[in-house]
Amino acid sequence: MKLRQLEAHLQEVQGFQEPKVALEQYVTPAHIAAHLLHAAHVQYGDVERKTVADLGCGCGVLALGAAMLGAAAVTGFDIDGAALAVCQENLSEFELPCIELVQTDVLQLLTDAGTRWRNHFDTVILNPPFGTKNNQGTDLKFLEVAGALTQGAVYSLHKSSTRKHVIRKASTLGLAGEVVAELRYDLPKTYAFHKKTSVDVQVDFIRFTHKNS
Amino acid sequence: MKLITHNMLSSKTIKGVVYGYPLIIRASQVLTKDVDFNPEFIQRMIPKLDWSALKFAAKCVGHEEDLPDEPPANMADEDVLKRIHHVVMEVDVVDGFLECPETKRQFPITNGIPNMLLNENDV
Ligand SMILES: C[S@@+](CC[C@H](N)C(=O)[O-])C[C@H]1O[C@@H](n2cnc3c(N)ncnc32)[C@H](O)[C@@H]1O
Repeated sequence: MKLRQLEAHLQEVQGFQEPKVALEQYVTPAHIAAHLLHAAHVQYGDVERKTVADLGCGCGVLALGAAMLGAAAVTGFDIDGAALAVCQENLSEFELPCIELVQTDVLQLLTDAGTRWRNHFDTVILNPPFGTKNNQGTDLKFLEVAGALTQGAVYSLHKSSTRKHVIRKASTLGLAGEVVAELRYDLPKTYAFHKKTSVDVQVDFIRFTHKNS
Repeated sequence: MKLITHNMLSSKTIKGVVYGYPLIIRASQVLTKDVDFNPEFIQRMIPKLDWSALKFAAKCVGHEEDLPDEPPANMADEDVLKRIHHVVMEVDVVDGFLECPETKRQFPITNGIPNMLLNENDV
């Protein structure tokens, strides 16, 4: 599938009905989602025929895109039932039956040392909550879970302003990060703590791999 | 919820639970959906599956006969792979509960989505 075609499909995905600020619910813009998935697919071969997890899948843009690019099976995890209900509608709309959804706290996936999800996936993709003023570093906790669920690659988005910190923290988790692209992200103002209606945030699209592999 | 997903879920995160696996499926609605058969994927999944848990799940939803008793020795047998594909990918629990085998705590499955969230009494 062509990049443009993928983007056009992802534009049709229904978004959050009543986005919950505390959960940082905003949809990854179609052009960013398409770009990210296309790179994972074409440059690295991490999507087609792979098992893919989407952590904090929300309405499912990334999960859907991965399935459109030929993933063998995709599992989306999210804490919010309302978001998952929208996601489920999107799945039926696009007729992509290889996607499964599980309602859970992503951070809970890690507390259970015996979890059968450990190393289950070939590839993990996520657009994690960045964490707000009061709970910084949520994205890094999500990243830790992502690294535990695969021996393969992890694709994630992080604020460029935190790049050094993210790469360093990832390294302590045994992950080597490579910035694949720098993107401009039009964040709704609720999330940016800003007076304008929306504000451009610089976001890094990073591919992580396990250092031991 | 497909049975491949059920195979990965446990209630071990509940305080005091030792195994929490496999979860009992109490289904009120089960459908079968067509999913493209991908032999290479099924071959790759077989070693990852807990076969006795899969047998148990298939029994819970009335698809026990579709599944061989043991994981196949011959991974090239398309017929067997197709049967496994059917059970793990096409059988879909739409509504019901997953039940912790130890505490009997129930996790609802709504619209095909299992809700594994814990509340305060669980942790
Ligand atoms: C930035 S949005 C991304 C949504 C979607 N992946 C996308 O790309 O459009 C973050 C998502 O993470 C979910 N989320 C937040 N905290 C979570 C947690 N602790 N466990 C699971 N999901 C969580 C939110 O409900 C939300 O859907």
